[in-house]
Amino acid sequence: MTASIVATKQRRPLRSRLLGFWAILVYAWLFAPIVVVVAFSFNRPAGKFNTAWNEFTLDNWADPFKRQDLTDSLITSLQVAAAAAFVATIFGGLMALATSRYEFRGKGFVNILTVLPLTSPEIVLGSSLFTLFFARDLGLGFTTVVIAHIMFCLSFVALTVQARVRGFDWSFEDAAMDLGSTPWRTFRTVTFPLILPGIAAAALLSFALSIDDYIITSFVAGDATTTFPMRIFNAAKTEIPAQVNVIASMILLVAVALMAIGAWRTLKQEKA
Amino acid sequence: MAAESSLRTGRKAPYGLLSPGILWLILFFLVPMGSLLRIALSEKPNAFLPDYEFTWKWDNFSNAIERFQPELARSFGYAAAATVLCIIIGYPLAYYLAFRAGRWRSLLLALIMVPFFTSFLIRTIAWQTILGADGPALAVMEVLSLVPVTDAIGLTTNGAFLNTPEAVIGGLTYNFAPFMILPIYVSLEKIDPRLLDAARDLYSRPSEAFRKIILPLSLPGVFAGTLLTFIPAAGDFINAELLGNVRTGMIGSQITKLFLRESNYPEAAALSFIFMAIITVGVLLYAKVLGTDELAA
Repeated sequence: MTASIVATKQRRPLRSRLLGFWAILVYAWLFAPIVVVVAFSFNRPAGKFNTAWNEFTLDNWADPFKRQDLTDSLITSLQVAAAAAFVATIFGGLMALATSRYEFRGKGFVNILTVLPLTSPEIVLGSSLFTLFFARDLGLGFTTVVIAHIMFCLSFVALTVQARVRGFDWSFEDAAMDLGSTPWRTFRTVTFPLILPGIAAAALLSFALSIDDYIITSFVAGDATTTFPMRIFNAAKTEIPAQVNVIASMILLVAVALMAIGAWRTLKQEKA
Repeated sequence: MAAESSLRTGRKAPYGLLSPGILWLILFFLVPMGSLLRIALSEKPNAFLPDYEFTWKWDNFSNAIERFQPELARSFGYAAAATVLCIIIGYPLAYYLAFRAGRWRSLLLALIMVPFFTSFLIRTIAWQTILGADGPALAVMEVLSLVPVTDAIGLTTNGAFLNTPEAVIGGLTYNFAPFMILPIYVSLEKIDPRLLDAARDLYSRPSEAFRKIILPLSLPGVFAGTLLTFIPAAGDFINAELLGNVRTGMIGSQITKLFLRESNYPEAAALSFIFMAIITVGVLLYAKVLGTDELAA
């Protein structure tokens, strides 16, 4: 018995160190492409492809929106993401409220229908929407892209909000109503503040999913509408301008800043 | 259980709340699946007319399977390899985060997500740079004169990392790894540390405690992670197109090509439907074997 305890104590630090070493390796692997993306935003490409290091320059950052086609597609993507995240957050949030607060007939069907889009490959979602729009003779474009993005964001929103509000004490609402509050006022002053963190997380997630989607979008965008990922993919065979790296680095910066603000606010709340 | 008691049995309210979202999912998820199946069973009576006729043409299915067997096999093979690699890479990291990271835990968790704030495509193009002929990966291997070794173990082909099946699997592994790491972390984090204390008090060896307590309790996370990695990886074709060669094409490329370039809608729809059916059956079997209802929860 004693022998095994001694052996355990000796083995543990080594295993712990191996685990820590593995974690460092994995983080290096996760960040390697990001380092490349940011580093190459300071590269003066020798040819059309910004994939081999040539020389250091700040020119790309001085003029990040030089490439009109890239900028236009980025604006399209931002518009699509804003519209899709807005609608998906409202619809999905309402779905989560219904499934987490009420017992009703058909709940099983609703749960399955909510999960199914998540377990369907994007290529199938995209191609099935394509056949629908084609069969109904609906022109492909901005509207069909937004419709598709709302569809795949809905499930994520419903499940994210559901997970956040599970186990809430809804009797606060009854208390407000008993004290004479109107249903709308109850929602505004009691329910909404309770679900707000979940709603905010879901909206950000939807925005991120939408702005990064290529496969589904490529099926429903048609010829006239081009999102940022589509522009990059279409161009990747013929050219990769350095502005791609600059814009990607800027998006990364904004996302990290948002995350830092979020973390800082939670820290402050925990202290208070 | 307090939550259960406050659940209401509403008559109209839940349906009112649900209707916009559910209607959307029916119209733009279920109905399209129907029209996909319909086109998959249709044929074009006249090559010069844009119309399709629904004729129960099951031949589309057998033709698609016959023609695209290699792509189907490759898609599932690559996705399976990437999923296994994600578990091998992700499990120890999730374990580290759950049990050893201490006060750095939140920061390290957040850091996992940071690379994924850059576009999927741009990350994959960055791997082109890293693995390319003038890239750092090959340069390091050449300095260490390891190229013959990597050639021998199949990591490189004729001294190149890029445009190989290994590069495609590597790209898939990279792009979907967080979907494996995070669910495993969540299931590990839920484990009550008192269970491990109890195991130690009862003289269990650490390896035994891992095998009998941690591993079984983390299986729901591995299950969820496997679905979240395998399904998108099998349907992906970006990695295959950017990191692979003409002989690494996956099913997604073929479906896209048939739909958007060849306009062969019936066969494309049939292929898409077959792919979906295989995935669905696979998921159900997998769920049955592991017997977890974590997915619906």
